[in-house]
Amino acid sequence: MKKNLTAWLCLLPALAFLLVFMVYPLVDVFIYSFEEGYNFASQSYFGVGLYNYDYVLHDPYFIQALKNTFIIVIITVPLSTGIALFISLELSNIKLIRDFFQTVYFLPYVTNTLAVGLVFMILFKKTPYSDGLVNILIQFFGGTGVDFIDGPYWAKMFVMCFYTIWIVMPFKILILTSALASVNPMYYKAAKVDGTSSFRTFYKITLPMISPMVFYLVITGFIGAFKAYSDEVALFGTDLNAAGMNTIVGYVYDMLYGNSGGYPSYASAAALILFAIVFTITTINLMVSKKTVFYN
Amino acid sequence: MDKQQVQTIERESMIRNRLREVLRYLFLILWAILVLFPFYWMILTSVKSYSAYNSEYVPKFFTLSPTVQNYIQAFTAVPLARYFFNTLVFTLVTTALMMIVIIFAAFAFARLDFKGKDIVFSMFLSLMMIPNELVIITNFVTITNLDLRNTYLGLILPSVTSVFYIYLLKENFEQIPEELYKAAKVDGTSDMRYLFKVMIPISKPTLVTVTILKVIECWNSYVWPRLITDDKNFFLVSNGIQEIRENGFGRENIPAMMAAVVVISLPLVVLFLIFRKKIMEGVARGGTKG
Amino acid sequence: MKIVLEHLTKRFPNRNKKIKDEVVAVSDFNFTIPDGKLVGLLGPSGCGKSTALNLICGLEKPTEGRIYFEDLDVTGLEPEKRGVGLVFQNYALYPHLTVRENIRFPLENLRGEDKLTKEVMEEKVLEAAKLVQIDSLLDRKPNEMSGGQQQRVAIARALVKMPKVLLLDEPLSNLDARLRLQTREEIKRIQTETGITTVFVTHDQEEAMSISDIIVVMKDGVLQQMGKPQEIYDEPINLFVAKFLGTPQINVFEGSVRSEKVYIGESPVMDAKGVGDGDVYVAVRPEGFIVDENGPLACSFINREVMGRDTSVIATNEHFLGENIRAIIPSEEEVVPVDGCVRFSLKPHKVRLFDKIIEERIRTE
Repeated sequence: MKKNLTAWLCLLPALAFLLVFMVYPLVDVFIYSFEEGYNFASQSYFGVGLYNYDYVLHDPYFIQALKNTFIIVIITVPLSTGIALFISLELSNIKLIRDFFQTVYFLPYVTNTLAVGLVFMILFKKTPYSDGLVNILIQFFGGTGVDFIDGPYWAKMFVMCFYTIWIVMPFKILILTSALASVNPMYYKAAKVDGTSSFRTFYKITLPMISPMVFYLVITGFIGAFKAYSDEVALFGTDLNAAGMNTIVGYVYDMLYGNSGGYPSYASAAALILFAIVFTITTINLMVSKKTVFYN
Repeated sequence: MDKQQVQTIERESMIRNRLREVLRYLFLILWAILVLFPFYWMILTSVKSYSAYNSEYVPKFFTLSPTVQNYIQAFTAVPLARYFFNTLVFTLVTTALMMIVIIFAAFAFARLDFKGKDIVFSMFLSLMMIPNELVIITNFVTITNLDLRNTYLGLILPSVTSVFYIYLLKENFEQIPEELYKAAKVDGTSDMRYLFKVMIPISKPTLVTVTILKVIECWNSYVWPRLITDDKNFFLVSNGIQEIRENGFGRENIPAMMAAVVVISLPLVVLFLIFRKKIMEGVARGGTKG
Repeated sequence: MKIVLEHLTKRFPNRNKKIKDEVVAVSDFNFTIPDGKLVGLLGPSGCGKSTALNLICGLEKPTEGRIYFEDLDVTGLEPEKRGVGLVFQNYALYPHLTVRENIRFPLENLRGEDKLTKEVMEEKVLEAAKLVQIDSLLDRKPNEMSGGQQQRVAIARALVKMPKVLLLDEPLSNLDARLRLQTREEIKRIQTETGITTVFVTHDQEEAMSISDIIVVMKDGVLQQMGKPQEIYDEPINLFVAKFLGTPQINVFEGSVRSEKVYIGESPVMDAKGVGDGDVYVAVRPEGFIVDENGPLACSFINREVMGRDTSVIATNEHFLGENIRAIIPSEEEVVPVDGCVRFSLKPHKVRLFDKIIEERIRTE
């Protein structure tokens, strides 16, 4: 009895915080999403139904955000995972100054996304004084410059994806290098003695051995990319709708707060749509992984 | 195969290996430059004078007359020091409170026996899958209704528990052999004394890692502070930098802006360089970004 | 302090939740551990001996039965109230504390009127450390010491509060062979010096035999036999006890008794006065064989292992249960197999008969 009491007292703070800031909100977000015409000021609504979902799904800003998010996901997840895998492989093959490279590669993880985003902005932006370093480089190699921050959609999307990859790379490289380090070198020795080509070694030995980690990265990569938001703000400012670069999460926050805010019902509906998408994709991912991933 | 042939093969494979090695290093150096260049550029720009920067159509890759003027301006023209102070308070208080909350919770799950433990724990685990975006809406409303917008309390409260860290710590606590607990019980050690005198000291490496990861998370947090503060006096650095970008220094003073960026980035970079091993191990064991 | 166990029973729910049957770890224990003795609780792994120890210590509460320390019923008392010291197989030293801090730890738990001053604690720590002869290592951390030294620290920690009962759970299992010999003598010495009633659990019969005043043999939660080591070795009450004690193991043959004579196959090997006719197990200690070219027991010779002090003769016989017979004979004796055959006669006082069905001892007159 005394034992029970101690235990519950220990759990009390955690339970209290989780109930107030996680469990209750989780229930509440569903309720919000079905309350039509909810008014934040008077805290009243006039109906219950699917109107909020209908509104969100027909909102051109949401469609734009959905499109942007999907493009970011489709481009950055495979590309960043692939490059990270390549870098990690190269990294695991060197001895000299490997520690230095690992440290450098991890640096973006600890930096403030908003702050470094500003640096990317000035590197890519065209101003009256200067075309920006990237454009000058392009012109140097005979191309024509383009404003990556206020210019055409594809250019903005390019910087967006570039920055996203730059940001997510440290985590992936770290995970993959530690996965590679945990593969028993005995397998490589055996393969070498058998005269296995390096490509075949990678494809038949390394990849299956680290596949659980690769898969973990793909899943978390998908989830993370679907929730893209602050990287966008870093590059294009808080008014993402005007820049045409909004994301689903950005849409949720804009609906909640800010210039177009004050609609928690729309925000809830959008958040739940996002959750449904992420949930579906993760489930598909897990199903695929069951078939392809090699577990020890 | 005669001796001649063996030698040719040896030489060829040596050349091939060398070439591969060189290419490998070239590639790795290229990526390192890609990572480091933005950092270099922000430091470089932050020490160029305003007029020098604006007169360079083709930006120079170095400067011969560095100035600290921009740093002075960063701290005087905008309330950067205030943002810094706010972030420091937010980070320290949130991290400290979270450590207390999760240590007790993890201890209850790892060492104490109580009715309903399994059920409560699996409920905890299922909460791990809930994305922040879903609950942030109601939390925003809750904090607003409690009249806690633009207060430290409003900033801090929703971030003082982490299901994931409770889980991580519980796993770590459970690795401490049960015999130690039994030995302590035979000696008449109370549960709390056991927690403070045995478990916490033994788990120090993990606790340090969790603390550092939480500090990084707090220092860089943007979304929640943005929702919950619109009074500059309560801005954190992330919001501050956004504010500076949109309204500070008369829009185009990029060197001053970069000075602010350097100042904001510096503490974490220093922390990282000190605790490099711990941070990288910690993240590899289960950190995520964002 | 005398320890009395009365109908002590401990049942656990089955680990496999689908099976409703409970596991009986300790079944109806009734015995008394006399004051100031060193008692070895011996049995194969999983026989419930550690559970029995945990019951005495108070870490587990019995399902039924009572435990008395002298006349005091301690069944409901928490471990710290019983005045016991416990030593674990893997020492359970706190890795972040020095030896001194480890030994002092139990003393620091004392509150209220029992609270000790720093000086008294230091004195007691030193006293305990001296007793186990680690007083020169007080400022080391556990991981800077050998297994044997760590075990001494664990014993010092258990002794520092001057417990009335010292309990040791497989105290020697994690040590290598040499340290094991040394430490078990050490345990015996400490026990003799302090006179504390000590119970230790082990699965190693040699260990139990060598230092215990009394051995308690357990199997599947049931007490088999309790007594002085030599007594149990010489007069095992059943086949299990006979087989469990002694290395090499006792040699068991299928045999029979006819007209007060014991037969292995068709050869009469010894007399059995007062034993009725029937099938029996004939168990012969390795030292119970005499090489004798006219002996009644013919075995096919396999090998001979010279061990210096004595020689093992390895042989086989169609009535033998198990793989090979091991007979130990003085090394001066010659073994000359004739046509691959060696003959033995038996020393009757090294032969024990067991009922073939209930496997209990059949006594001869």
